[in-house]
Amino acid sequence: MSRSLMVAGALLSLMWGSQPVLAQESGDAERGATLYQQRCGACHSLDANRVGPKHRGVYGRQPASIPDFHYSTALRKLKEPWGDETLDRWLTNPTAMAPGTAMGIRVPQAQDRADIIAYLRSPAAR
Amino acid sequence: MKALLLRAVPRRALLSDSGKVLSLAGLTALVGAGVAGPAFGQAAPGQDVQLLNAAIALEHEGIAAYTIAAGSGLLKPEVVKIGVTFRGHHERHRDELVKAVKALGGQPVAAKSDKEYATQLNVAKLKNQADVLRLALGLERGAANAYLGLIPSLGTNYHQIAGRMAGDEAFHVAVLGGALGEPIPTQGLMFGG
Repeated sequence: MSRSLMVAGALLSLMWGSQPVLAQESGDAERGATLYQQRCGACHSLDANRVGPKHRGVYGRQPASIPDFHYSTALRKLKEPWGDETLDRWLTNPTAMAPGTAMGIRVPQAQDRADIIAYLRSPAAR
Repeated sequence: MKALLLRAVPRRALLSDSGKVLSLAGLTALVGAGVAGPAFGQAAPGQDVQLLNAAIALEHEGIAAYTIAAGSGLLKPEVVKIGVTFRGHHERHRDELVKAVKALGGQPVAAKSDKEYATQLNVAKLKNQADVLRLALGLERGAANAYLGLIPSLGTNYHQIAGRMAGDEAFHVAVLGGALGEPIPTQGLMFGG
């Protein structure tokens, strides 16, 4: 195999390997806003505590940090701030990330998660 | 199908504007106060109890939303009748979930006051019947997706009941969407995913 082919192969491998990260970085906040209403809106709003806590400013915030919301013990044990990686893990399988949580709704499609996270990261939700 | 929906809920009736504004004070007087209850995590022994209690909380909010809407003065009588029927569906859901939580040895989460629900749903912004229907549609669509998204996290004993509840919510979405003139989705698998 020639050197150029090996380099090309390595580059392709890197591209494939980094797909989840690319999906997160390229999340579509506008689509995420619609998905947020459809997938999260039964329990959450940006500005009101409902079944779940309000979400405005959640990106970058510490878990269980809204003072007037009663969190589960499981949520209070989380230490990492909500960012791309933690939100992605959370939306993939919340009960695996925080066993005992009251939040059980999963978002199985990576692009849907990336779009919702992009919305939460966007000025519209900050 | 759409014709059926429109027969069930006359669109003209649903979309006409009564010109009234829903006031929070009026709502409070109409619906009274609810019962304070335990917060999540204080009394629930298992994962399923936590998840089912979250579903109960969702149903409490849905029941309150229909109660508030029915007393708002914004809806035509035939629409109130449909809303009260839908509220009955949510009450059935709540009762089934409460039974499940008790069977697991947990304590079902209690409802908040309707005044609190009115605040958290920002009902003061609702000005006419279409506004009320759009709020209901959003909540019902969210609930259908919530139950479907919840199934993989729930114990298998509760998959069927969660699926049945998602079906009820999807029915509500179809009626409300039809009443608001939403186009029928062109693609299948329109919930969950």
